[in-house]
Amino acid sequence: MAEMAVELDRVEVDDLEQRPRVSRRLRVWSSLWPKLVAIALALGLWQVVVSVGWQPDYVLPGPGAVFKRLAQDLGTANFDLGVAVTLRRALFGYAIAVAIGSLIGILVARVLVLRKAIGAAILGLQSMPSIAWFPLAILLFGLNETAIFFVVILGAAPAIAGGLLSGVDHVQPLLIRVGRVMGARGLGLYRHVILPAALPSFVSGLKQGWAFAWRSLMAGEIIGIVGHQFSIGQQIQFARDFADSEQLLAIMVVIFVIGIAVDSVFGVLDTAIRRRWGLLGSEA
Amino acid sequence: MSKVLELSDKGHSVSVEALTVAYPHDDRLLIALQGVALEVQRGELVCVVGASGSGKSTLLNVLAGLERPTRGRAHVHGHVALMFQEAALLPWLTAAGNVELALELRGVKRSERKQIAYELLHRVHLEGFEGRRPHELSGGMRQRVALARALAQDADVLLMDEPFAALDAITRDLLHEELVRLWQQTGLTILFVTHNAREAVRLGDRVLVFTSRPGRVAHEVRVDLPRPRSLDSPELAVIAGRITDRLKHEMGRSSDG
Repeated sequence: MAEMAVELDRVEVDDLEQRPRVSRRLRVWSSLWPKLVAIALALGLWQVVVSVGWQPDYVLPGPGAVFKRLAQDLGTANFDLGVAVTLRRALFGYAIAVAIGSLIGILVARVLVLRKAIGAAILGLQSMPSIAWFPLAILLFGLNETAIFFVVILGAAPAIAGGLLSGVDHVQPLLIRVGRVMGARGLGLYRHVILPAALPSFVSGLKQGWAFAWRSLMAGEIIGIVGHQFSIGQQIQFARDFADSEQLLAIMVVIFVIGIAVDSVFGVLDTAIRRRWGLLGSEA
Repeated sequence: MSKVLELSDKGHSVSVEALTVAYPHDDRLLIALQGVALEVQRGELVCVVGASGSGKSTLLNVLAGLERPTRGRAHVHGHVALMFQEAALLPWLTAAGNVELALELRGVKRSERKQIAYELLHRVHLEGFEGRRPHELSGGMRQRVALARALAQDADVLLMDEPFAALDAITRDLLHEELVRLWQQTGLTILFVTHNAREAVRLGDRVLVFTSRPGRVAHEVRVDLPRPRSLDSPELAVIAGRITDRLKHEMGRSSDG
């Protein structure tokens, strides 16, 4: 009889599986084509604005000229060095922001006094454009990389802490009860139940944190020219100074592509976790 | 003092005396349980029936140590495992992973966990599903995993809070059978809460009927039907009918007052 029950269940579950699965290639294509259309539309619009003759070519060059310039730039030492400098700053600043944001998030979630005191402050910080800290940072640290890191961290850390905090807040109470009944207490409860349950929200925070870090870094690099490091932000600023629109737009394309690329890595991570956590609903 | 109590409690797996639980609610007290007294013998399967609002879940929470008594005493000998209406499996772990976590928290060595988890899942007839995640299982299977996880806690007392209420009738009937079989094999003590009188009579050695607001034991029915029992047997229906009448009477009383 019990075997029959499992057979019934098995049929039910197998039904779920045999639902016609969309082939992998089709899935990739269906997620890709809207993006391709969007890019085509943007390029088309850009070309139209240029063709209309609203601005002379040397102020607003068309996509063709810009991509040609980009292809030339990509091999040059200065350009690649600039990308490397900026990416290094982004990664380093972001890594520190992740460490600080996570630490603060967990402390605030865990310690009631801290939560009352600075829980709201974290939200407040999130709404503050971090570049507004830059003048202060320059006074505090001087016009150097530390000031840039300061701004990047202040941009990203609150979002990361906030993601972790809201994840911890929204763990199903039932799961916590289960964990406690099974004998998990204190840190054990965090390790086995609360933190894994909070992971999807934490990843959203990481994603948002990256977006803030990248924006802050660009703003910081454009405003604050630091030392002799030929960063992307510095190059875009120089391009403006020399009224070199082609170069300027080529660099903008690079900034855009880097931002999108990292964002899509987070997107993949986010989807994978949601699928694993069963948060996606039925797979389709 | 504890010595004397232990002697006098011998044979009792669960003992509750004059238990009152009240919550502050809109500047007055909401009394969930008032003066509840009950005892469950070691190895006994006792069902608690009551309408919603009769504090049944509160009783289990107190016994599981998740809530404190306002007054009185609730005591359980040994370890407690708790099952809910929802399976409450950790969604990021596989079926086996959920069972293994219970083993880990109990202090079972890493090298042994996997095998024990597989054995327990086989006992609830889930061979072949060890690697599935909860959202890939049907409702009945999820409750089977929850049952395996409860067994993994090596508890002396299993508290069940309407664990099969959300399942369809056939699945529920099969899980009843499974539960009774596991109970007979393991000698677990089970306190099973439900609002379904038939379910209570199907499973219990005894059935305790709870009043509503505040919850209290109004009535006790000893079920002497031989096992295995069938939900469709006329004897069972007669006893369940009497309990349902009693419940209606209690509900009428509480809504009058």
